[in-house]
Amino acid sequence: MAELKLMKGNEAIAEAAIRCGCDGYFGYPITPQSEVMETLMARKPWEETGMVVLQAESEVAAINMVYGGAGCGKKVMTSSSSPGVSLKQEGITYIAGAELPCLVVNVVRGGPGLGTIQPAQSDYFQATKGGGHGDYRLIVLAPASVQEMYDFVELGFDLAFKYRNPVQIQSDGVIGQMMEKVTVGDFKPRLTNEEVIKRYGSWATTGKPASRERNIITSLDLDAYRQEQFNLKLQRKYKEIEEKEVRFEKIACDDADYLLVAYGSSSRICQKAIEIAREKGIKVGLLRPITLFPYPTKAIQAMLGQVKGILAVEMSAGQMVEDVRLAVEGKVKVQHYGRMGGVIPTPNEVVKALEEQIIKG
Amino acid sequence: MDIKDIIKEENLVYSKTKVLTDNIMHYCPGCTHGVVHKILAEVIDELNIQEKTIGVTPVGCAVLAYNYLHIDWQEAAHGRAPAVATAINRLYPEKYVFTYQGDGDLASIGAAEIIHACNRGEKMMVIFINNGIYGMTGGQMAPTTLEGMPTATSPYGRDVKMTGQPLKITELIAQLPGTCYVTRQAAHTPAAVRKLKKAITKALENTGKKKGTSFIEVVSTCNSGWKLSPVKSNEWMVEHMFPYYPLGDMKDE
Repeated sequence: MAELKLMKGNEAIAEAAIRCGCDGYFGYPITPQSEVMETLMARKPWEETGMVVLQAESEVAAINMVYGGAGCGKKVMTSSSSPGVSLKQEGITYIAGAELPCLVVNVVRGGPGLGTIQPAQSDYFQATKGGGHGDYRLIVLAPASVQEMYDFVELGFDLAFKYRNPVQIQSDGVIGQMMEKVTVGDFKPRLTNEEVIKRYGSWATTGKPASRERNIITSLDLDAYRQEQFNLKLQRKYKEIEEKEVRFEKIACDDADYLLVAYGSSSRICQKAIEIAREKGIKVGLLRPITLFPYPTKAIQAMLGQVKGILAVEMSAGQMVEDVRLAVEGKVKVQHYGRMGGVIPTPNEVVKALEEQIIKG
Repeated sequence: MDIKDIIKEENLVYSKTKVLTDNIMHYCPGCTHGVVHKILAEVIDELNIQEKTIGVTPVGCAVLAYNYLHIDWQEAAHGRAPAVATAINRLYPEKYVFTYQGDGDLASIGAAEIIHACNRGEKMMVIFINNGIYGMTGGQMAPTTLEGMPTATSPYGRDVKMTGQPLKITELIAQLPGTCYVTRQAAHTPAAVRKLKKAITKALENTGKKKGTSFIEVVSTCNSGWKLSPVKSNEWMVEHMFPYYPLGDMKDE
């Protein structure tokens, strides 16, 4: 039965994994997301649902365990924070190249390098443009609440298996650490081995019966022309994802003269900024991308006849703003406002930036 | 006597195992990989575990091993096969999981993964091909390259003052409580092949019994990388590799 619980964003990830029938979690401790594995280890889901939880020796090992589990047709995941996700990039590109479904959670902290343990949104490029080598894309979901941390685990797995593609939940230290009430769903049973074979037996390594050819999970093809054909197939898949899976939310946009574009915790700050601005008589709305890839390009383009200027607000030096500019194609003014290194902007700062950079400027 | 009188079931002394595919192997003539692949395929057949076996290939010459055995395979990133196999073992504990790795893959870039998988005692078999060289990339120095041995990246011979001594990783592995069977074998003579086959059989039986990690090093040749004929390579291996990497069981519990 659905229940209402008070929990941290990181705890919501763990709870959702257990309840949605996840088969395996492989992780490595890093702040500010360690509560994901801590919650799982305390809950002992192997006794409850049979879910495997393993602390790996490294981020690299953890993502390669995800590769192995996903290659078996199992619902597997890992979570980490920015420096750890950088280490996982090799595994993520292999997973994309082998067309395996999995879920990666990044509770982003400030960088570069070891940076800080405070929240940031400076890994947008890595998540959406391909942090590893080769032409590949992740489906990237950006939760803005603890409820969405919970909901996007199951959604992420559904999309991962639908497209046989890695999905990343791009969160940050605010969403990971803050506590909110969450409606948790019913327990869904894990698939049995027979069900896995029935659904994914055409590609997954479940043991080769006499009735089929061997299944091979690989991203290797030494023949350039075949490798190009495979790349074209991937590109067709990404195109389909762009056509079908864009998700976004519009707040106070109907009469808006100006538009804020922000995702995740920045979008929460922008909601307050909209209230403050409207009290001052500035008609401003918010477009919140929920999927960072595919990006809500058309939704932004649809606002162009209406708004006089757009401010992209992110906790970075300006990464997502590039996608806003690509959508806008110079038709209206686009500016970026952000703080870095773990500093969280206030709603008043956002309003001031809107006034100075967009309205006056 | 007519040939038809000879070709009879009761006269059959050898047939290719059904686990081996008909694909032409890409390995150089004289390479040890082909022999080890064949033995592995025969043991999988004899133990009747073809449907339950999942192999993990490395990056290196054996990256394409999945072309040669009729079983399900996963191709891992360089050095990561033990991590990949760990998840398969945990999620399908009833399967027979093995990794097949070379010396660069296992003892260099994947040293952390193999140590920790063996320390956790993952219920799997590891076949470790040690020919003291990176074969696929063109004969560069491996962690197991012998002192003074010339390679593409140690053209004047391995200088141990610069690069350290050749790594006896199998001796390290044998210290780990998670391993139940650690042995060093070869495949250069019929007698060695028979011993290796026994070792692989024992290792897969251990995997079935969920005893722990079974680890088999196969001291091997790379005649292309070593720039010797296959026959000379075997002689060089016996003369130089065996004294540093002595054959035999290190652990059998």
